Amino acid sequence: MEMEPNFADTNPKAGVVGQPLSRVDGRAKVTGAAKYSAEYNQLPGLVHAVLKTSDVARGRITGFDVSAARQVPGVLAIITHENIPKLAKTPNNPQDQQAMGPGAHMGFLPLTSDQVHYAAQPVAIVVADTLERAQHAAALLRVQISPETPVASFRDPKAEEFKPKEGRAAQLPKPRGNAQAAFAGAPIQLTATYEHAINHHNPMEPGATTAHWEAPDRLTVYDATQGIVWTQQALSVMLGLSADQVRVVNKFLGGGFGCKGSVWPHTVLAAQAARAMGRPVKLVLTRPQQFTGMGHREDQDQTLRLGATSEGKLLALLHEKTSTTSPWDAYAETNSKIVDLLYACPAFEATAKLAKANVMTSTFMRAPGEAPGSFAIESLMDDLAYRVGVDPLQIRLLNYADRDPSTGKPWSSKSLKECYARGAELFGWAKRNPKNGQMRQGKLLVGYGMASGTYPVHSGQGNARVRLYADGHAVVQAAATDLGTGTYTVITQTAADALGLAPENIRFELGDSQLPSTIVSGGSMAAGTVSSSVYLAAQDVWQKLTKVAVMDKKSPLFGAKPTDIEANGGRLQLKANPAKGEGFAEIMKRAMMTDLEGSATGRYGAGYESAQAALNAKQDAAGGKDDAAGHSMHSFGAHFCEVHVDPDLGTVRVKRWVSVIGGGRILNPKTARSQIMGGAIMGIGAALMEGTVRDPHLARYTNASLADYHVCVNADIPEMTVEFVDEKDPYINAMGVKGIGEISIVGTSAAVANAIYHATGRRLRSLPITPDKMLEALRQPA
Amino acid sequence: MNDFSYTAAATAKEATGLLKDQPTATYLAGGTTLLDLMKANLLAPPHLVDVNPLPLTAIEQTPDGLRIGAMARMSAVGEHPLVVQGYPAVSKSLLLAASPQLRNMASIGGNLLQRTRCGYFRDAAFPCNKRVPGSGCPALEGDNHNLAVLGVSESCIATAYPGDLAVALAALDAVLTLENAKGKQRRVPITEFYLLPGRTPHKENVLEPGELIVAVTIPQAAHAQRSTYLKVRERSSYAYALASAAVGLDVQGGTIRTARVALGGVGAQPWRSREAEKVLTGQPATEATFRAAAAAALREAQPRKENAYKVDLVQNTLVRALQEVAG
Amino acid sequence: MQEDLFPASDAPQPADDSRRTFMKQAGGIFGFALAAPLAGQAERLTAYSKTTTGVTTLTLRINGQPRTVQAEPRVTLLDALRERLDLTGTKKGCDHGQCGACTVLVDGQRVNSCLTLAITTQGKEITTIEGLAQGEALHPMQEAFLKHDGFQCGYCTPGQIMSGVACVKEGHATTDDQAREWMSGNLCRCGAYANILAAVREVATQQAKG
Repeated sequence: MEMEPNFADTNPKAGVVGQPLSRVDGRAKVTGAAKYSAEYNQLPGLVHAVLKTSDVARGRITGFDVSAARQVPGVLAIITHENIPKLAKTPNNPQDQQAMGPGAHMGFLPLTSDQVHYAAQPVAIVVADTLERAQHAAALLRVQISPETPVASFRDPKAEEFKPKEGRAAQLPKPRGNAQAAFAGAPIQLTATYEHAINHHNPMEPGATTAHWEAPDRLTVYDATQGIVWTQQALSVMLGLSADQVRVVNKFLGGGFGCKGSVWPHTVLAAQAARAMGRPVKLVLTRPQQFTGMGHREDQDQTLRLGATSEGKLLALLHEKTSTTSPWDAYAETNSKIVDLLYACPAFEATAKLAKANVMTSTFMRAPGEAPGSFAIESLMDDLAYRVGVDPLQIRLLNYADRDPSTGKPWSSKSLKECYARGAELFGWAKRNPKNGQMRQGKLLVGYGMASGTYPVHSGQGNARVRLYADGHAVVQAAATDLGTGTYTVITQTAADALGLAPENIRFELGDSQLPSTIVSGGSMAAGTVSSSVYLAAQDVWQKLTKVAVMDKKSPLFGAKPTDIEANGGRLQLKANPAKGEGFAEIMKRAMMTDLEGSATGRYGAGYESAQAALNAKQDAAGGKDDAAGHSMHSFGAHFCEVHVDPDLGTVRVKRWVSVIGGGRILNPKTARSQIMGGAIMGIGAALMEGTVRDPHLARYTNASLADYHVCVNADIPEMTVEFVDEKDPYINAMGVKGIGEISIVGTSAAVANAIYHATGRRLRSLPITPDKMLEALRQPA
Repeated sequence: MNDFSYTAAATAKEATGLLKDQPTATYLAGGTTLLDLMKANLLAPPHLVDVNPLPLTAIEQTPDGLRIGAMARMSAVGEHPLVVQGYPAVSKSLLLAASPQLRNMASIGGNLLQRTRCGYFRDAAFPCNKRVPGSGCPALEGDNHNLAVLGVSESCIATAYPGDLAVALAALDAVLTLENAKGKQRRVPITEFYLLPGRTPHKENVLEPGELIVAVTIPQAAHAQRSTYLKVRERSSYAYALASAAVGLDVQGGTIRTARVALGGVGAQPWRSREAEKVLTGQPATEATFRAAAAAALREAQPRKENAYKVDLVQNTLVRALQEVAG
Repeated sequence: MQEDLFPASDAPQPADDSRRTFMKQAGGIFGFALAAPLAGQAERLTAYSKTTTGVTTLTLRINGQPRTVQAEPRVTLLDALRERLDLTGTKKGCDHGQCGACTVLVDGQRVNSCLTLAITTQGKEITTIEGLAQGEALHPMQEAFLKHDGFQCGYCTPGQIMSGVACVKEGHATTDDQAREWMSGNLCRCGAYANILAAVREVATQQAKG
């Protein structure tokens, strides 16, 4: 334990952690050398698989007409539920799904029966020697399906709502106080319903798997996944292999945003096809297939009731959500969590309702729950501010939660007040006209809006290995993925400081299940978990080297007590007398060691009574009784924006943006800034343009393309200012890293909607706020 | 995509001749529409005749007006000085369309033959009267948010042409030159080129089998020089129009001498509004006149549940465009 | 029954010999017979021009080098690059001209290679992301993307860079707003737009200064 000092104390800012290092994988990305999952073309005998999908959303497959498809030259196989090799286990069986671990999100695997549960469900795999031939044959393959009337969503009159007893939708925060009574007795009562469209992650790289059976009992999959280990676990169970017989590789991932966090049908089907063919198979989802292949953020309504004093102090919050889930799942984002804990409020209650429909299951999408939940609470807090006549920023300070309202625990750190203050300053919030609809630029209505966000520090743990070479290089390994989040870079920086090496002398390897296993790169957990493990693995190296040094008669440290020695800048030295010591190379060379390897399990977050975090905490709290588990761990942030609304055309454009984030230690301000901007841009998209439309009768998407599902383009994005509050959190982990992938989006759509309210006096509660809705709102009296 | 055979034609005569020999063949120009549809398995021509090599890229002044070769690219035409100066609506309609890459690829002739973005047309899993006559139209009671309110029928409510250029050309009285296999040319005003859906939404224009668009001619006019194209979309760029307006005005002493109006994103075809022009002509160039013209343009609108907003939106778009050119 | 779902044993065979050899070894659990070499390579001379059917040898000039591919007329430039020439730097994001990830230069003009048939690019100069750097020296646009962190996941990046190179050359990066508009044909889901803008504008400014 003595060798696990608080990083913040032993490695002050002089190191490369905290420096704006350019991405270490950047050169590979700007030269086209970075290899993604569909780019392993050298595999011997590689063939192409294409999914044939169902036209209808519900029914039974009665047969296949392969006569035309089989005539296509180069077609090698047409695999259907009738001839596909059987799996050892399928996720269709709940017990088996459990065994597959957290990555087996889908509870239904296509091609296991004649059942069609959703539109564009895979019903066959066509394999051919070239992609074009496989695609053509798939087009010619005729699938006979006896259709049944589908349910399209929870809004469908045929849908049956129910209160989930299990699954993520049932994971609601505990009620506190008597919310119903507190609301009924509140001087101010606000009730509003918020509608959120279906959103799709749409990473630029679609789902892709290249499956290669190197032997009958040894599979390698190059898979576009955020979760190397989860994919390994789920695949091995399904295929009847042990985990070590399945190798999952992902060196470069073309975005994920949550949809690559689970194991989806195409990955399993690619492995099955490769097994059937006896040769490597490449399977890439088409963009339309991406919309039904890897989940989405579900269509949902939230009704929020807010009771407050006439001064605007919260008395009660009641949250109710209704959303669509798939025939086999009970998934819903938990929106109510953020409603529960963003503000001090004595009474709270949440309910969730689901309706099963004939849709692919929804899944985590960047800040699942917090993103749409913040839209509700932060819109309604804005209403409250206007209602009681105080500034929107003031209403938030008035209800500031100094402790976690949900658990009563103190925060491990919280810099939201600083975020508000700095954000307001950067944005020029003081120039805001307190009245709605007063600011103009030509024909355009100008509005300022702001909103807060928070995202939990989930708990995670993972392993890492550090191999320090006497020649001054090091190889660092963990089976994480880099979705574009900067994992390659920030972990290189972490290792550089922990080992006292320049970052160019570190090679961080990730994305391979043969490396030390670690948590899925999701839930904003990767930076916190992996940095912690790598830091501790480096400490393991120093501990081992210390043992060598103190027994080496030629070392200045000979005979010293190991606990009196510290590692600093690649040197081992006496704590009491830093001049007495020497560099690692000297020690290793004398001991005839070419290298030394250390490994560690790093922990992160409130779910663990991490010895590391507890130790750090004790150092800070002096009393020695303080520990990590007694704290509520969250990142916080505030977003400010200016919008221009064209009152005649209904168009809304964001013209300025400021985000200030308290996210613990920022390992790299350059990549972190990019990540925050990226989340805000996705939030602007959700606010103004993103929405997948399902035909209300046929339960099939009508805009499953990047031309018709709009994500922001460059011209939508103004100058953006991002800052981080300097925040030291001793409880999170060895590094004090909270993770920032998701806090970036939380509150963003509310900030836009609040700015629209300020510009127009119209409260828009249905996302996305497209011109039709804006015009309709402007037709109504303010 | 099906496996087609391919021939690159060197001349228009050769191209039309090839198509005459193989009636199921299709011309390949920029490919931005054709290959898109073929990849979606909506079209499967067994033979493609590549007309890209044809010497039809000139942009030149003629006695009839500005003549643009059908194989000129959108980017070249959009930034051509003669177009920018003499026909700003045309230039803007081109440069506000698609993306820089697509504009480098797509030809003027091909642009006019774009197909609807209606989601039911674009996904072969859906019934669609335009794609499979008689199969039905789920858009009537389904997702019609982006579809047309003018010129529609019970068979089809698609904006058959989702683009921009044809809207500007419709406003400015452009004439298409078509050539058939015999080398015979005919001239068709663009306002007569497109067909309303009626009961035959699969028939979208008057092109005879094998006929090739070889040129577009836009007459010179004061209202063409004082023209603009205004486009409303859900994101700032790289999106189809929810509504658009191409207008040209000749205003003298505050009075409108001639007016040209066409609307996009709202009609079953690029929607020339002679009703609006009638209201504008001879009247003072004021907002009241513009409003009246916009109301006249939409008098026959047949909105449905989700596209009703377009009735107001396109009127406002039109008024705004008229204000812009009126100065 | 299962046999019925597979092509008959006289179905044609892949053209690639190495694949055939591998198949003989590997067989696969279905063990269906191997196919004959691709037929239909005939380049039929009509009264007009040359008609191409089936797989033929196309010669493409890519990054200054002549490259040959065996491909049917339907093969897009994108799939020729990615699947046949192992030039995987050019990305497939949508395959329908809706995202710009596949942007390459053909005769100096930026185009979507997913909607460009390879056969139509014979005799033209094709530049991909792999052809930008001069040996170890990166192109200024690549350097600027690195410096300004103009990417996260990197998947749209080759297309953004190719588009950025063209955008500057076209003279469409003289102001921020102009560059935003003329870079809007390349989607970036990670949201690196502000940084991409900074990179493109920096290169434009450098080049304006000469």
